[in-house]
Amino acid sequence: MSETVRRGTWAVWGSLLIALFLTILPMPAWMDDFRPPWVVLTLIFWSLTLPERVGVFSAFAAGLTLDVTTGALLGHHALGFSLVAYLAVELHQRVRTFPLWQQTLFVWLLLLAERLLYLWVLGATGQPTPSLVYWVPTFLGALLWPWVFVVLRDLARRAGAL
Amino acid sequence: MLAIGLILADHRDQRLGALRSTLAVLVYPLQLLADFPIRYARQTQDRMADEGQLRNQNAELKRDNLILSARSQQLVALEAENMRLRDLLGSSFKIGERVLIAEILAVDLADSRQQILINKGTNSGVFVGQPVLDASAVMGQVIHTNPFSSTVLLITDADHALPVQVTRNGLRSIAVGSGPGRELDLLHIPKNADIRVGDLLVSSGLGGRFPPGYPVARVSAVGQVPDNPFTTVKAEPSARLDRSREVLLVWTLSPEHHQDALSRSEPAFGNPAGSRSATGPGKSAPRRGTRRE
Repeated sequence: MSETVRRGTWAVWGSLLIALFLTILPMPAWMDDFRPPWVVLTLIFWSLTLPERVGVFSAFAAGLTLDVTTGALLGHHALGFSLVAYLAVELHQRVRTFPLWQQTLFVWLLLLAERLLYLWVLGATGQPTPSLVYWVPTFLGALLWPWVFVVLRDLARRAGAL
Repeated sequence: MLAIGLILADHRDQRLGALRSTLAVLVYPLQLLADFPIRYARQTQDRMADEGQLRNQNAELKRDNLILSARSQQLVALEAENMRLRDLLGSSFKIGERVLIAEILAVDLADSRQQILINKGTNSGVFVGQPVLDASAVMGQVIHTNPFSSTVLLITDADHALPVQVTRNGLRSIAVGSGPGRELDLLHIPKNADIRVGDLLVSSGLGGRFPPGYPVARVSAVGQVPDNPFTTVKAEPSARLDRSREVLLVWTLSPEHHQDALSRSEPAFGNPAGSRSATGPGKSAPRRGTRRE
């Protein structure tokens, strides 16, 4: 039993690391604004499927790591991620029974909340306000959600975390 | 949630440097990995270069080298003259500088800030606040360090301000970054100041952080906005902020710190490929002597 738990943990952190890697992978400048929020998507998936193992604290840790990796203010991503994880864990029983398109809508709302908090901190620390392109990743993330969901569910099953 | 607020507040006082650098060491392998595809592509490109190209490049470099050496012949004489004149005036002057070449890691950082990641850290003697140049001009300064890498804040970041001087007439100002626009704004230029489009701005060294006399930017627009009591001046950075691959880290060596800096940054010399000394200690020693007399 403990063996399966550990294997599941590896799946969680491994997928988060891959998401982090995709976030900092250099891309052509025109694609830069359209980078999907990989880490948030992965976090949402894990806090929906394994709410007892992945929650606010894991989200906080992941956010902090992303902050350090991308050189943002310490706690900048962590704040939004914690909120997203909290909402996902809180509502996981309801959301799990939704059909996939409703889930997508829910995920889009979470992504919006995360971006909103990020923007708020940007404003509070006196950084320049980004243009409207700033909101595009939330749509992309929502569109990608079904695929992320399927891939990660497959991974979770293989790792024996479910 | 409270902890997050605490962290945000704490970060403004820069007290979390230790935590940040520890975490940064942990994610460094990931950043190297992300840099790998670009590095590999570049190497492949190098390998594909045919003989003709290499020959051309070699000839070009030789020509450049000849021109630069001819210029530096004069430089020695001019430098000596400058030192003598400054001695007469009784003003102090920088003693010498040491530079180290670092490579930029192709990693995508937070897009709200203008930052780059370089592959030299405290192991090579890099410190927070250190000026960073590229081949043509000032690029920015180091803001975070860890043993293997450091983060550089570019001069175009909205949080960055740099004391500058117009070369033509010595007019002083402060160049502040404008964020994503990749432009600099000059602050507090009076309405009647003599400044024109095309003026070269060099670092004035007044902040004590950047060595004086390095080119920073060229004035690109001068205008009068009715609600602004000062002249609105925009400048275009001379450094190739988004195209350089290598940057120079600079140590300014003042007389009292001269020996100290040399011995502390010794490990940097251990890597012969990456490090070069611009002004040897032997060259600057006699100057030091003259100034003390």
